[in-house]
Amino acid sequence: MLASLLRRLIQAIMVVLAMTIIVFVGVNVIGNPVDILINPDASQAEYARVVAHLGLDRPLWQQYLMFIQGIFHGDFGTSFVYNKPALSLIVERLPATLELAMTALLIAIVVGLPLGLYAGLHPERLSSRLIMSGSILGFSLPTFWVGLMFILLFSVQLGWLPSGGRGETASFLDANWSFLTADGLHHLILPALNLALFKTSLVLRLTRAGVQEVLPQDYVKFARAKGLSENRVIYTHVLKNLMIPVVTITGLEFGSLIAFSVVTESIFAWPGMGKLIIDSINNLDRPVIVAYLMMMVVLFVALNFIIDICYTLLDPRVRLDTKGK
Amino acid sequence: MSQAANGPQKTALVPASLPSASLLARSSKLAQKFVMSPGAALGLGILVLIIFLAVLSPFISPQNPYDLSQLDILDGRLAPGSSSFDGVPYYLGTDDQGRDILSGILYGLRTSLIVGVLSAFAAATIGTSIGLIAAYIGGRVETLLMRLVDLQLSFPTILMALMMLAFLGKGLTNVVIALIIAEWATYARTVRSSALVEREKEYIEAAHCLRLPGYRILFRHLLPNCLAPVIVISTMQVARAIGLEATLSFLGLGASVTEPSLGMLISNGYQYLLSGLYWISFFPGIALLITIVAINLVGDRLRDILNPRSM
Repeated sequence: MLASLLRRLIQAIMVVLAMTIIVFVGVNVIGNPVDILINPDASQAEYARVVAHLGLDRPLWQQYLMFIQGIFHGDFGTSFVYNKPALSLIVERLPATLELAMTALLIAIVVGLPLGLYAGLHPERLSSRLIMSGSILGFSLPTFWVGLMFILLFSVQLGWLPSGGRGETASFLDANWSFLTADGLHHLILPALNLALFKTSLVLRLTRAGVQEVLPQDYVKFARAKGLSENRVIYTHVLKNLMIPVVTITGLEFGSLIAFSVVTESIFAWPGMGKLIIDSINNLDRPVIVAYLMMMVVLFVALNFIIDICYTLLDPRVRLDTKGK
Repeated sequence: MSQAANGPQKTALVPASLPSASLLARSSKLAQKFVMSPGAALGLGILVLIIFLAVLSPFISPQNPYDLSQLDILDGRLAPGSSSFDGVPYYLGTDDQGRDILSGILYGLRTSLIVGVLSAFAAATIGTSIGLIAAYIGGRVETLLMRLVDLQLSFPTILMALMMLAFLGKGLTNVVIALIIAEWATYARTVRSSALVEREKEYIEAAHCLRLPGYRILFRHLLPNCLAPVIVISTMQVARAIGLEATLSFLGLGASVTEPSLGMLISNGYQYLLSGLYWISFFPGIALLITIVAINLVGDRLRDILNPRSM
């Protein structure tokens, strides 16, 4: 067990290292940073000076080592736009994004799991069919367009909810959170619902598929034959076995929620990491782009690692070392 | 998971070899099965109509929205149903430049469909080849390629696409490249797993005994029998690519004002939304939604019929 954990950890580190190479090559070789950094009217001497200063005249591997060294010191350079360290810019905006993604995930589970369970247990009912058709719509609706329609309906037409911003925030653990104030919660509802739409459909369909796979199994029949109450069969026997795929996918999807918050944050002017990266790509703010990408890489690798561990905890039959290559 | 149940059915549907004489009979059988689902038939009907409209858009749209000489700024921001200065009706209204929204949608559909089909096709070609080669060669090459696939699939598509756009810069061509790079891995993984099963079957053994060259076995024998899931994924992937392109264009990273896509049109209307000019964003969004739903309906049905291992 310990050996396989260690092996997974080493693999995870290898993945992060591989991604540093990809990001480095992508940003430094495909795009030429000098073009971005230097005024096109600069003289030849000025140009050479900046190239030397950035170390761009050195061989690529040396540049890469410098880049890695910077990363280990948490130094991704200074943002061209904000003139602040890139990493601290992102860390500053992390709570806003985390808060949004967490709320969306919560909505997806609270809505998706019971509906999926219902649709799986009573597949023939009309209401189940309606739920399933609704989930197809949830998959097909373009998130950003739904966000716009939310604004149109709830902010412009009905005037119930604000169309953007984080509202009032309260400080907790050295960060500002919206969900701690009434005004902040008010601002959180629309973006969180928007972000949750797709995941709710996913959790719903996953749960339903799981129920239908578990129900015909012998142990469920046996539990019923033993005369257990229907509630006990469903909540202990069916639901428990459902949790493995659901937990895995929701775990994985948490990362994708953070990635997708790019869209929602842009629509609702939510001041998180996602809005920052879009602005940075538009402004060619290279240090921020690199810092964001590396942050996401570490996040995803860490998530995958945690999910692997959860696997073994949830289902003792799954042994990491029997996975083979 | 439910492979045991699917097994016999699958082998029945995909015969060990593919005599071309029965190909026609097989496809007409498939077509019959397809239209048995009313939803899928409706989806297919709408999809054909959409493709038709997109292809013919320069001829049927009331206005060329990107020909400045046809635009009149006086017609800007007209509500749906109103008429222009010269009495031409604007069924879906106009945007701030006086562009007819209906014409914009028809032209936008064209761009969106081209991007979707092009990127899905390229990703399918690349992914399928890599999956086949990995399964056929095996060993180190396979391990390496599949590690790459795993790596790629552990990141969400939108992040991969954002990463590529951060490297390559904005623009529609770069969006297509980004979509291809973000999507090939799905194909590679699926095709490899089908190919691993097919590789062990007798017809491949027979082909080996005939001493057919490797490329022939790969592309004439293995490939056709691994194609069913590729077709299904491709349909879904076109819808996903269209949605993703719209999203990226909405974020200002994709299409420019001169090469409009549906996402670009929706993005144009964003700033007028708060003043209640809903139609600039609303109608292109409906067009996008109908397109994606139609493709998904068709894809869903195709999956049921061809019944590859559930995804």
